[in-house]
Amino acid sequence: MALAGLFLLLFLPVHLAINLLLLKSDPEPFNKAAGFMANFPVIKVIEILLFAALLIHISYGFYIQIKNWLARPVGYAIATKSDTSPFSKFMIWTGSSILLFLILHFFNFFFIRLGLVEGNPEDFYSVAHNLFKIPLYNYIYLTCFILLGLHLYHAFSSAFQTLGLNHRIWTPVVKTVALLYSVVLPGGFAFIAITIWLFR
Amino acid sequence: MHFTLKIWRQKNSLARGSFETYNLDDVSPEMSFLEMLDALNKKLVEEDKDPVAFDSDCREGICGSCGMYINGHPHGPVPAITTCHLSMRYFRDSETIWVEPWRAKPFPVIKDLIVDRSALDKIQIAGGFVSVNTGAAPEANSLPVNKEKADEAFDSSICIGCGACVAACKNASAMLFVSAKVSQFALLPQGRVEARQRVRAMIEKMDELGFGNCSNSGACEAECPKQIKLVSIARLKREYYKSY
Amino acid sequence: MAFQIDNLTTMEAFNTKIPDGPLFQKWTKYKSSVRLINPANRKKIEIIVVGTGLSGASAASALGELGYRVKSFCYQDSPRRAHSVAAQGGINAAKNYRNDGDSVFRLFYDMIKGGDFRAREANVYRAAEVSNQVIDHFTALGVPFARDYGGTLDTRSFGGVQVSRTFYSKGQTGQQCLLGAYSSLNRQISRGNVIMYPRREVLDLVLVEGKARGVIARNLITGETERHGAHAVVLATGGYGTIYYLSTLAINSNASAAWKAYKKGAFFANPSFIQIHPTSIPQLNKFQSKLTLMSESLRNDGRIWVPAKKGDKRLANDIPEEERDYYLERRYPAFGNLVPRDVASRAAKERCDAGYGVGDTGLAVYLDFRDAIKARGIKTIQDRYGNLFDMYKTITGINPCEEPMRIYPAGHYTMGGLWVDYELMTNIPGLYAIGEANFSDHGANRLGASSLMQAAGDGYFILPITIGNYLVDEIKELLISTDSKEFADAEKEVIGRLEKLLMIKGKQTASSFHKRLGEIMWNYCGMIRNKKGLEKGLSLVRDLKDEFWKDLNVPGTYKELNMELEKAGRVADYLDFAQLLITDALRRNESCGAHFREEYQTSEGEALRNDEEYAYVAAWEYAGEDKEPVLHREYLKYEEVEPKVRSYK
Repeated sequence: MALAGLFLLLFLPVHLAINLLLLKSDPEPFNKAAGFMANFPVIKVIEILLFAALLIHISYGFYIQIKNWLARPVGYAIATKSDTSPFSKFMIWTGSSILLFLILHFFNFFFIRLGLVEGNPEDFYSVAHNLFKIPLYNYIYLTCFILLGLHLYHAFSSAFQTLGLNHRIWTPVVKTVALLYSVVLPGGFAFIAITIWLFR
Repeated sequence: MHFTLKIWRQKNSLARGSFETYNLDDVSPEMSFLEMLDALNKKLVEEDKDPVAFDSDCREGICGSCGMYINGHPHGPVPAITTCHLSMRYFRDSETIWVEPWRAKPFPVIKDLIVDRSALDKIQIAGGFVSVNTGAAPEANSLPVNKEKADEAFDSSICIGCGACVAACKNASAMLFVSAKVSQFALLPQGRVEARQRVRAMIEKMDELGFGNCSNSGACEAECPKQIKLVSIARLKREYYKSY
Repeated sequence: MAFQIDNLTTMEAFNTKIPDGPLFQKWTKYKSSVRLINPANRKKIEIIVVGTGLSGASAASALGELGYRVKSFCYQDSPRRAHSVAAQGGINAAKNYRNDGDSVFRLFYDMIKGGDFRAREANVYRAAEVSNQVIDHFTALGVPFARDYGGTLDTRSFGGVQVSRTFYSKGQTGQQCLLGAYSSLNRQISRGNVIMYPRREVLDLVLVEGKARGVIARNLITGETERHGAHAVVLATGGYGTIYYLSTLAINSNASAAWKAYKKGAFFANPSFIQIHPTSIPQLNKFQSKLTLMSESLRNDGRIWVPAKKGDKRLANDIPEEERDYYLERRYPAFGNLVPRDVASRAAKERCDAGYGVGDTGLAVYLDFRDAIKARGIKTIQDRYGNLFDMYKTITGINPCEEPMRIYPAGHYTMGGLWVDYELMTNIPGLYAIGEANFSDHGANRLGASSLMQAAGDGYFILPITIGNYLVDEIKELLISTDSKEFADAEKEVIGRLEKLLMIKGKQTASSFHKRLGEIMWNYCGMIRNKKGLEKGLSLVRDLKDEFWKDLNVPGTYKELNMELEKAGRVADYLDFAQLLITDALRRNESCGAHFREEYQTSEGEALRNDEEYAYVAAWEYAGEDKEPVLHREYLKYEEVEPKVRSYK
């Protein structure tokens, strides 16, 4: 769970870096980068690993969550007021929302490349720009990235704890990095979307 | 002081339970929560009604017998104490107080606020010990132990086994409980010898009994009357990974 | 050792089985000559251990390790909750790690002297002897005792002694030792050598042909009674301090099992020897259900005082140094604040009775850390007593680092208990009593930090050896059947009494009777006693008993979880036991240790012992319901130490 999650975390900055190319008025660099990601053999291998991690993360996440629910068949009348991380309580919901978005995302891009959905796999730049012109898509997109931020904030430091990496000095550092990461990364994606939507 | 109490009443483990409402006057702010319940029970018995059943023994916060879920908190709203130390001065006059038993699959309700916590014993029986026979111990000072390590072991060893961590956890996980015992022994050279078998046996037993998993929310740490820290769960995980 | 039999009884003179030879060699000699049982035969022998405190848990695990089949009982939901868990200060051992002149003999001597020469020499010496093994064993079990920077074990000094021999884990030594014993018990449970029966209350002892052969227990969840047979029964049921209602004990601690054994013929020794602990948090409200102890170790650094002026209502910090009366330092310059518990308790009561007490009730004295913090720094003091300070603050809302603590004596430990011989067996063959439940090691007053030591010593290192000497003759009994008439009768009697309690259908709760009994006992048979008061107390207890059996109310039935019924049974036993206790106090016309009779004191108000007439253990025999019990005297002979006036000046 934690390992798969941490692996997924690595993928996000790469995706963000490529997406930043969307801000260029020239579609060429983005499409080239997308093409590179789609065809370079090493990336192919990483892609498979990425899917494996995703699958493990999702299925294991649901499996554990169901077990956790079963661990308390009768709930409390008064919901807990314990002073705890509010993000952790909603991991299953933030995670599920992100999963739904991912499916939508796949319809938009990945399935085009696989030929399952109609579209031009050579020009994702235009596909993206067109999507970002649809207000509803933007609402969904932005909401999902806020949820992703919430998910990441807990996930980042939690993963270290689960791996047993708790340290007097380093744990506070990890928590700070987690905060930065969970703001900067989803913020970056959102920034691109908003810029294209409102200013292009 | 006056209080309206909403207390979970359940005749036995098979019966269906429900909340009953009681009004209690003349509560002194110096009474502990349990003494307040004693006063309620006195009233009920005098009316020939069935008193509210709850566990309690030492009434000084060390035996771990008492424990109820009060207004959304195991052991009530004040951190780092057990229910027997919860003074009524922490409540507002005329407040409505909801009192529920610990809720978890491995903690079935026996009656009213009493739950069966033998699952915690079962985890300890699985491996929470150092296998040394009486008479076989070496001279106590023959094995020096780093003072900081010994103090840290002590900080974990003070768990009273009340089950508040399980009650607080959204997943009804016993991870904090298990980590306290594993940490105590992992930090001492006397416990290292069996560290591998111990951590595996205890974790396997915990899973088998139906406790949930840890998702690092920290509710256990926030509610633990003895302030056992999440750090010990990280140590439990380390010990577990190391055991393979 | 001979017994003088007071009244005419059919009882044969019984012996203490103390081995011959010099004191120093008795235990060694005993161990090397005691009869053994081979491991294959041990597997066929069943032993019942009642109670899972430090002595019960250690005995059950040590017996399990030897291969006996052990059945262990406790009324709590888990063996870990027994009240040994609440012992705070520490555990003594004669390790002499401080090079301060400690030795087994000195520990033995301190215990004998602390007990005011009313304990049995041979037993006490043995307890001191095994103390070192106890520390080794707990350390090996992973008990986190406090350590020094070099990694060796740290010790501290404790009331009543001049050496530093007390091992500790902050203020939670009892918890750590008990959890150590609990872990060794768990190991035997996991190996199948011990079967644990939690939430069971032992309501009667079963004798077959005069031998202890089992118990009748009530399953506290279902309410059903159960018969359990065994080749021997060990009572590790602790003390009876809750007879005062308010005490430092757990609220469910009780004397019922020991009392039932007494009614079946076991002698009860020195019941009136009850230690009043000097440093508990005073009563704060009238609904209070218990008194919380503040460890005696606090007296190492805290100074006890009251205002020098009567009725001084100023805040403690506003009273200047010269207007404070450090009465312990004044009266006992040699030991100062570290005088034994009974002395410190009575001195506090004396000051409060004279009108110098502090707080709203005037029933409290100050325990002040100001000077210690000044001398040693707040960090050192916090390190030593942090958790006790926190506990005090939680309960009272006052921070002891800023304002002195208020303390007052409270009923704490009972030196009296079932009479046992050198082998820890009562006069009933096959019935043993260990830990606080027996009487043997603490005389008339227990030295601080020696209860954990004795409990663990009895359970781990003494009983497992001595019990074999009896069981070796019992191997021929293959299985103890619980179908016999004796078991049936005992069970019938138990059920009969439960029904009787339920049928009274009066008005008052068991707790309210308990509270009233406690008040009578505290007022008339507490820290300071006199003939008139004891007689008054006795008649009040009898009246209360009559009222109890007429006006008690217990709702529900006995075939369910019924906590009122549990309480009622315990209070009913206490109402009988209280009479024995007072009788014992009445018959002991001297002051010794915790037993202080006003009529017998020196001109300076110190206890006046009478060794000529009372250097004996009073072993009481049950003579029937509401009949005067029979006194047997075990005269104490001192071969190695000479009884002296106990002086701490």
